[in-house]
Amino acid sequence: MSVDRSTVVRVAHLARIRVAEEEVDKLQGELNSILGFVEQLSELDVSGVEPLTSVVPIAMKKRADVVTDGAIPKKVTQNAPQAEDDFFVVPKVVE
Amino acid sequence: MTIAARTAKPSQFLKGATGDWEVVIGLEVHAQVASNAKLFSGASTAFGGAPNDHVSLVDAAMPGMLPVINEECVAQAVRTGLGLEAQINLRSVFDRKNYFYPDLPQGYQISQYKSPIVGEGIVHLDMEGGETVEVGVERLHLEQDAGKSIHDLSPTSTYVDLNRSGVALMEIVSKPDMRSADEAKAYLSKLRTILRYLGTCDGDMDKGNMRADVNVSVRKPGGALGTRCEIKNVNSIRFVGQAIDYEARRQIGIIEDGGTIKQETRLFDPGKGETRSMRSKEEAHDYRYFPDPDLLPLEFGQDWVDALKAELPELPDAKKARFVSQYGVTPYDAMVLTLERASADFFEEVARGRDAKIAANWVINELFGRLNKEGKGIEASPVSAAQLGGIIDLILDGTISGKIAKDLFEIVWTEGGDPKELVESRGLKQVTDTGAIEAAVDAVIAANPDKVEQAKAKPTLAGWFVGQVMKQTGGKANPQAVNEILKAKLGLE
Repeated sequence: MSVDRSTVVRVAHLARIRVAEEEVDKLQGELNSILGFVEQLSELDVSGVEPLTSVVPIAMKKRADVVTDGAIPKKVTQNAPQAEDDFFVVPKVVE
Repeated sequence: MTIAARTAKPSQFLKGATGDWEVVIGLEVHAQVASNAKLFSGASTAFGGAPNDHVSLVDAAMPGMLPVINEECVAQAVRTGLGLEAQINLRSVFDRKNYFYPDLPQGYQISQYKSPIVGEGIVHLDMEGGETVEVGVERLHLEQDAGKSIHDLSPTSTYVDLNRSGVALMEIVSKPDMRSADEAKAYLSKLRTILRYLGTCDGDMDKGNMRADVNVSVRKPGGALGTRCEIKNVNSIRFVGQAIDYEARRQIGIIEDGGTIKQETRLFDPGKGETRSMRSKEEAHDYRYFPDPDLLPLEFGQDWVDALKAELPELPDAKKARFVSQYGVTPYDAMVLTLERASADFFEEVARGRDAKIAANWVINELFGRLNKEGKGIEASPVSAAQLGGIIDLILDGTISGKIAKDLFEIVWTEGGDPKELVESRGLKQVTDTGAIEAAVDAVIAANPDKVEQAKAKPTLAGWFVGQVMKQTGGKANPQAVNEILKAKLGLE
């Protein structure tokens, strides 16, 4: 599997990463070399092997249904480029 | 039940210029999990907080924050699965669904894609005329809600409130088993009833804690499936019906004019009663799902599921069946009585130790009728079960007539009080004293000699006399006694 220029541009757009025209060739090469490595791994037969989700056998930690957080609207919005009355304010988006 | 297996009844077909059409409907319902805290954070889920007040740094997706699952939300999803007679998956996986929108600070929604917590289940619909329709549930999975974008506070900006961000939702996906707007409405209504019985979702559509995406396609009866359109975020049962009717007609019109249906997402405009295409995106969605590396697989034992199952309340279908067999009410009345758990409890309290059919009649016709008229729920009923029971007791022991009982109900509704004391203090007691009734009958006969002659020729006129006597006695005379005395005096028997 290898990616072409248009795939590089599309993936960059999906990830909202701005890629200059002259960077595309370099990224295409890097992506293809990563995919080449993955392809090499896929030569192994892993049928019947469960994906590894943790290196130690632990169960997911769970929380009780208790309100322990919140009521910090100023903190939540303090790094926003723009905020007003505790709302985040962003450029107009309409569906 | 597979798509091919079920063709609508001819009465459900829509007539087009080229013959009959069948509508095929599937619903994706987003139901907000009833919980105190969010799915992966300790912030409150309460409705209507000040902007960004119910938000933790996890919900705002600050760097380094990690999700920790709320066990109660998992339990609620399992309870719901059990209520839908569905397969419970002891191992499920959370995935990231990637897309960008200002009210989604993470840049992805944590959802379940390949391995949902609940698999196939079933919902039984009670249709008019006693017919039962079974609708398959494809799956139920847990996911996060997004925040809220407000577009009308400023002409140039969008305001974002993350209070809903991270609230737990259950997405319940049906199979495309519905064949009419009525079936879709019945499904949504039944689902809501089940969720409310279980206490796993408040089902309050006004507050947006239950909303539906409606998939609609049309085909020639029993034929190949047509291309479907998805109507997003419909927030009332009535609107679901309207949206389906409009959309089916629209699709039939296009096909009959020689066009083809384009698979797309549409919006329902309740004001105009029509659906319209959402401005098409430049590209098709590509969510690039992958397992969330911040979360281990969700695993629990069958013993935990069994313990939850043991604590489930009696569900609507079981309760309905029990009401029919235990109280002898009709299946329709049983359905009406069991729509809400609180209503069913109310009825059972009224029926305890009394004639259940009369109790059902009073609860449904007088109480529910009045509550509906005033837009009140059973919890807000001014007449308690004990009061309504007291009124019924007074009818059954002959203290008051059915007509006076309705007046008494009105007094209890508006003023409150003990029915028995009210009957005493307001002199509403039924007159069974034959002497008093005879006097009233004599007076009416004496005043209307012409009518007496007519009644002798035409016995049905006796009804007029009954009315007059009841009027004279202020409705308190025992109607049966009045009838007997009248017939004797008029020589009708």
